[in-house]
Formats: sequence, C-alpha cells, structure tokens
Amino acid sequence: MGRLRTITRRTFLIGSAAIVGGVAFGTYMAKRPIKNPLLSDLEEGEAAITPHIKIDATGITLITPRADKGQGAYSMQARLIAEELDIDPATATITPGMPGPAYYNGAVMEESTPFPAYEQGALAETVRKFMHVPAKLLAMQITGGSSTVPDGFVKLRMAGAIARETLKEAAAQQTGIARDQLNTENGAVLLPDGQRIAYTDLATAAANIEPVTDVDLRPKSAWKFLGKPTQRLDMSAKCTGTEQYGIDFKLEGMVHAAVRANPGIGAGVESYDATEAETMRGVQKVLPINNGVAVIADNTWRAWRAAEAIDIKWEPGPYPASTANIFTQIENVLDADEHRDHRQRDEGDVEKALKNGELFEATYKVPYLAHAPMEPMNATVLVTDEQCEIWTGTQIPLFVRDHAAKLTGLDKDNVLVYVQPMGGSFGHKLEDTHVLQAVEIAMAMKGTAVKLVWSREEDMTHDYLRPGAVAKGRGTVIDGKVATFDLSVAQSALLPDWFGRLMDMSIPGPDATITTGAWDQPFAIPNYRVTGYRAPTMVPISSWRSVGASGNGFFHDTLLDELILKASADPLAERIRLCLDDTSRKVLEKVGEMSNWDSPLMGPNKGRGVAFCLSFGVPTAIVTEVTNTEAGIKIDKVYAVVDVGDVLDPVNLEAQVFGGVIFGMAHAMNCETTFENYAAQQNNYHAFEGMRLYQVPDIEVVALSNAQKIRGIGEPGVPPAAPSLGNAIFAATGQRIRELPFNKQINFV
Amino acid sequence: MKVSHMEITVNDQTYSVDVEPEMPLLWVLRDELGITGPKYGCGIAQCGACTVHVNGYAVRSCQLAVGDLGSSKVSTIEGLGTPDSLHVVQESWIEHQVAQCGYCQSGQIMQAASLLSTNPNPSDDQIDAAMSGNLCRCGTYPRIKAAVKSAAKKLQGS
Ligand code: FES
Ligand code: FES
Repeated sequence: MGRLRTITRRTFLIGSAAIVGGVAFGTYMAKRPIKNPLLSDLEEGEAAITPHIKIDATGITLITPRADKGQGAYSMQARLIAEELDIDPATATITPGMPGPAYYNGAVMEESTPFPAYEQGALAETVRKFMHVPAKLLAMQITGGSSTVPDGFVKLRMAGAIARETLKEAAAQQTGIARDQLNTENGAVLLPDGQRIAYTDLATAAANIEPVTDVDLRPKSAWKFLGKPTQRLDMSAKCTGTEQYGIDFKLEGMVHAAVRANPGIGAGVESYDATEAETMRGVQKVLPINNGVAVIADNTWRAWRAAEAIDIKWEPGPYPASTANIFTQIENVLDADEHRDHRQRDEGDVEKALKNGELFEATYKVPYLAHAPMEPMNATVLVTDEQCEIWTGTQIPLFVRDHAAKLTGLDKDNVLVYVQPMGGSFGHKLEDTHVLQAVEIAMAMKGTAVKLVWSREEDMTHDYLRPGAVAKGRGTVIDGKVATFDLSVAQSALLPDWFGRLMDMSIPGPDATITTGAWDQPFAIPNYRVTGYRAPTMVPISSWRSVGASGNGFFHDTLLDELILKASADPLAERIRLCLDDTSRKVLEKVGEMSNWDSPLMGPNKGRGVAFCLSFGVPTAIVTEVTNTEAGIKIDKVYAVVDVGDVLDPVNLEAQVFGGVIFGMAHAMNCETTFENYAAQQNNYHAFEGMRLYQVPDIEVVALSNAQKIRGIGEPGVPPAAPSLGNAIFAATGQRIRELPFNKQINFV
Repeated sequence: MKVSHMEITVNDQTYSVDVEPEMPLLWVLRDELGITGPKYGCGIAQCGACTVHVNGYAVRSCQLAVGDLGSSKVSTIEGLGTPDSLHVVQESWIEHQVAQCGYCQSGQIMQAASLLSTNPNPSDDQIDAAMSGNLCRCGTYPRIKAAVKSAAKKLQGS
C-alpha cells in the first residue's frame, strides 16, 4: 500500500499539471502555465473536465494524444482512462485531438539519463524525474521510446478518476446527496435509490465546479478492462478496409502531388527540364521546391508518372558519396581518443586485465537501415491566407505545427494538425520533411487542398536511417569465466542531429544513443568497459524501432556470447551467473525453462542461441533454434521472455513481442541501406525484403511481472532478436557472423 | 494523348471511368472511384497490400492495367464483408486480433480468402506458399497463420 500511495501522489502532480495548466507548481523550471488545448475548440454547453476527456450532451470523447502507429496506443490510452472514468471504452469517441503543449511526454526522456534502467537508487530516480523538466520545456508531444504506457499509466487513470469524482460532485450538488454516497457505473452516476444520471447530463454542471483532485486510483484487483485480454478498438475497421489512414484522406476539390527530391539528402537542384511532364495528361503544374521538384496533377499515378518524366540534374550530396567512404569515416574514429564521446561504464581495471592472459579481439558491424513502414509518407495540406490545415500520420504533431508556421509565416495558432492513423512508422514519422514539402506545394495552390504521397522509391531513398555502426570487442577469460569485457562503438551522433533538425537547437554533451543497449546492461563482469566514439554527421539518421539498442544489442550480446564460449562455459548459465539484477535474472531463467535449454536439441545440424538485452527498462531474453539445411538456415523456434511489470493488455503485448522479434530478425537476415553516388541503393521491398511468412518461426512469449515499474513493449523485443539468431547460427554451423545482415555470408530458407 | 472510356465492375457495381488504359487498377480504385481498402505499398508486386479479387482470384491491383480488365469482375475488401456482416476470414482475423497498423491487412485478407475459396483446407506448406507474397512490416505473421487455419476450420463447419 505504501508504495502505491507514493507513486500515486507523485505522479498525480504531473497529472494535474496537465489538467489545470499547473506546471507552475514550482517544482519545475517552466513557470508559464501550459495552455489547455481543448478549451479553444469547446463550444458552449460543453465541459472540459481534463484534457483527456471531453463530455457533452451528445457523448463522451476520449482524447488519446500518443499517436497510434499500429502498436495499439489509442486502445490502450482509452482503456486507461475508461478504467477509472467507469465507461465502456467502446462506447466513447476516441480521437488523438489537437496537439497542444499540455500533452507533454515525460517518459520519453527518462531513459536518456546517465543511469541504467535497473539502477533504482535515489539519485537515479531524481535525475530520471528531472528529465521531465526539459521534456516539458520543449513541450514535446512525441510518441516514441516505448513510452506511451509508462507515461500514461498513472496520468490517464488519474484523469479518468478526477473526471469521475468531479461528475459525482456535480451530481451531489444537484441532488443534495453527499458525494461519498454516490457510485458510478457505465457512464452514469448512481444515486443510492438506484436512479442514474448520465455523465452527459452532468457535463455543464461539472464544468462550473472546481475539479475534485483528491482521488485514489483503483487497486489492480478492481480493474475491469486492464490486465485482461480485450479486443483492440480499431480491429474491426482494420480487418474490413474501413480504417482511414492518412493516405486515404480526401477533401473535395483536392489535387494530388508527387515530388522528386535530391537523393543526396539535403542537397539542391542544379537544373531541371519539365517540358515533357508539363504536357502529360492531368498535370496542372510543375514547380521547384526545397531540394527538388514537385508535380501537381489530378491523380496520384499521373503525378508520379510526370515526376519521373522530369529530367533533373542534382547537386552533389552533402556527405561521402558511397557506403565504403562512410564506413571509413566511422572506422577512423573507433578507439581514437580525440573522438571519444563518452564512457559510461568502466569497472575494474580493463587495461591491465586485457594484458593478463590470452586476448580475444573481434570487429562487428551493423548497416544503415530504412524504416520502410508499409504506408509511405504522405500529407494533405490546405493553406489559405488565414490558416494552414494539415492531415497526416505523425509522431510529432507539435513540431509539424511549428515548422509549418515558420514556413507559411502564419501564427502557430493558425496551423492545425489533424493526426491520422498510421500504417506503421518504426520511427519514420518522427520526421516531417514530407509534410513540409506538402505545405510548400499547398502554398503555391492557396485555397486548394494538396495531397502529397511519396512513391515507395521516394520514401526509401529519403529516409532518416538507423545509423550504421562499427564496434570493437576485446576480452579475456579466466577459469571458465568471463573476466574482461571491453566494447568500443563508433557511429554518428543521433539525438543532436534530430534535435538540431527538429528544434533548431544544439544539444551539447555526449550522445547516449551511441552506446545505449550496451553500457547499461545488468551484468557484473570484473573488468567491464563500454566506450562510445562519435563519427562525423554524414547521411541523415534518426530513431529506428529500439534506437541505439538496435545495433548495440547485437554488439554487446554477440561479444558476450563469444567470450562465454571461449571460457567453455554454458551460454545461458554464464549469463545468469553474471547477471546482477533479480528481475533480469528471472527472465533469463524463465527462457531457459521454456526452451528446455538443458536438454539436447533433436536432430542433426541444429543449433540454439540465447541473447539478452535490457532496453527501455524491459529485460528481454530470447532463445532461438535453427537448423542448418542444405539450402540454408531455417529458423525453427523462438522463445521470448520479457518483464514489463503489470501487463495491461496480454493480447497486445504478445503481438508487440511477435512484431519486435520479427522486426529484429528480419532486418538482421537480409536488410541494409547502402549508398552509391550519394543515393540510397535499396529503393523498394525487392531489395529490402525482411521476413516472409514461410520463414516465420513458431514464437512463444511469456511476460513476467516482477518489475516494479510498468513499461512499454513496442521496442524491447527488437534488440536481442539478431544476436539470438547469430548465436544460434554459430551453434549450428560453427560460423560466427559479426556483420549484419547475415545473408551476406549465409542463406536463409 | 490516349483517353479511354470504359466500364468496370467493382463490388457488383458498374462504374464508367475515363482514364488511360495503362493506369493500374489500384489507382483507378483509389483515386478515381474513392475505394481505398486496397492499399499502395510498393507498386512493383512485392508487398501484396493492393490485393483485390478479379473473377474471384487474388490479383495485385498495382500490376493490372485497367485496360486489360475487359469484362472481368473486381471485388475489393469492401466487397468481401463489412463490420456488420463479416466474411469468415475477417471474423477469424478479428478473433485472433491480427492487425497491428493494419495497413497490409486488406491485402492479407483478400489473399487468404482467395486461397480458401480454392482450397478450403490448406496444409501449412500451402498456406506458406499462398501467403508469402504479402509483406507485413509489423510482423503479424504468426497470427495470420493462426487466423487462416481457424478460418479454414470454420469453413469445414467444425
Ligand atoms: S502495391 Fe501492389 S504489390 Fe505492393
Ligand atoms: S499490420 Fe502493419 S504492415 Fe501488417
């Protein structure tokens, strides 16, 4: 009980800050109250109880500001609110609402602190909380970092509880019956005599009283929707073709646009000849835009065809022309002191220990990777003299608004961003180049709505990629144990690049993402060091499902596997022995039990690999079983164990782990983005295939609930997937593959 | 400039369109007729998001020039079933909570429906063969497999 109370009270402050504009509580640096984004579009007779719930005579609207990229965020947010508000979420309207600074996302910044997630000490907690401040200052309405659940778990339930109690208070004042004599049920206040007053009938009265903020959250045992298998609210629409994605959005009189921008991303156009394109059927206009050329036509296909017919001479790109040159620059900074970015882990005496006994050394490499969500980037924009309206799927609606305001010269308040359901993102929709292109085109078409859809080719050659990286691993073993583990990672810095691009702000200091997923692992090795080296900024890079851990999970766990085998220890037993965190150790033990680790695999040419990564606070262990067939590697079976604390939605959790494991393995199998003549070479799925259904193994998922803190599961399945596959391939073939994708050296069937 | 008036039948309704015969069916459906269930994913027959039925068989609508359609009948996910009256495959998809972002699912469902209409009791290998041309970047494959199997069971009436 004590624990629940502290958490509740602490987070309640955060919750109420968003509700009453109370960031001026004094705990934070931001003194300016954050404006309630709902008030501006409220009509008379409507009452805004909190920024997450809107009730009027016609019904209840739940505003779920964290974008849904397919991970089920809308359903989850709605359920968190509904649990306390006492309504059936299926009866409410659910909308991402208008972006507003009150929807700041505190949790997304939490894991950028210099403390590993397993370190729950007082200082770590303080700094982690402190990170809410810059998030708030920057008014970041971002969806990312698997933060929707941790950020909303208390905040959204609080919003629901405050709304419920305030509605009860309104009923109390109307009936003269004390609030504590009243109950609620399914969207209504229940009077002691069984009479019901619908929330919708109390909305106006509730608007005129002070919100009741002294509320308690319901204990887990009383949950109705949370912790149980439920159906996602968007499932029926998505299985009947009726879900309306950004690409399906339509306005009367809308025109269609296509663009071709310099594939040397960021460089301009030298000259172009659109003579042929201008005469093609349906083409209304060809115009130059920032770094490219746009076509406006009456149909998407016609616009694309005309865009292809333009003869364009590009300026050379602003980075090295080929992948070979790019990786030379990365290799050059590896282990070069003057390029050292940070060393957040340095235990024992690594230098000395490396000289003691036989030295193991290996180099690892991961490629640049596109996000390539199934729905290509698109945006529909209508610009008039007074305002700019934008319909697009985005994880960063506020940045989109600010950038469009700057571009159009309009006041921010006159830029309206309507977030559309997304056909995937994996981080691509943390960028807004395509939206700004659409705004630029719409400015030339004032009064006419413009829908811009990137062709798959435009999408995959203008992505902000998962950074390529190179790592050097060294180590020693003594008496059958890993004695020294030393990992150096070199890549370009990701966060400063992104902040600079989106916020026009330079972020000084180290970039933790260079070693995230490696420096912060819960192991105790006598001599243990992880160092990040910063390569220059080259091709544009950004967050890709699981961010830094996507590459570092592979580096860290593969090196660990190699050292354990060198020590002739058992891969699972030695990881368990080295593990210093209880929650993580139980995850490893569980995956051993599920996979019958100690029993021999049936059949020849079989191999089994285990891998572990702690990312976004979620310890995740995977065991993969493969067969080395004549034609190549067959992935037979995957066991995955995670610990997210309380599981709020077991069905969606399993789906997210399936998705994460497949995403991690698919790219490790056969995907990379390489550059030639400044341009990304893989421009469609034929060259970036991923996993197909026939290759998908049986996957078993177990979620433990030993962790103290509740966590999101959109990303943690990704990092250990690739190393578990690599370790299994080694077990089956004796071939250690240290560079991704694996298919450069081995086939898959 | 070639212009061609033609009549096409989609979901049992006849439309007259005035487009280049080489325009892919996908874009006629989406931009000319406003039928947006079929999705664009790749335009080169690699992903299957655009899958529709032509005379009952799964076809990549991004690859079929509308001028080649002749008198064939097109049906899209919208013609397969609606939220109030689901096709067996859609029912199974919802029971198994298959969709994540959902963008590929119109195509997956059309592909599965076509498979089951010709082979109501497919083996694992037959499911693999029929469904492997449809990409899902979200990784919903394990549930796709399960949903195809349970739809097959429903069709057998067991
Ligand atoms: S859009 Fe037709 S197969 Fe991809
Ligand atoms: S559900 Fe997102 S691509 Fe398949």
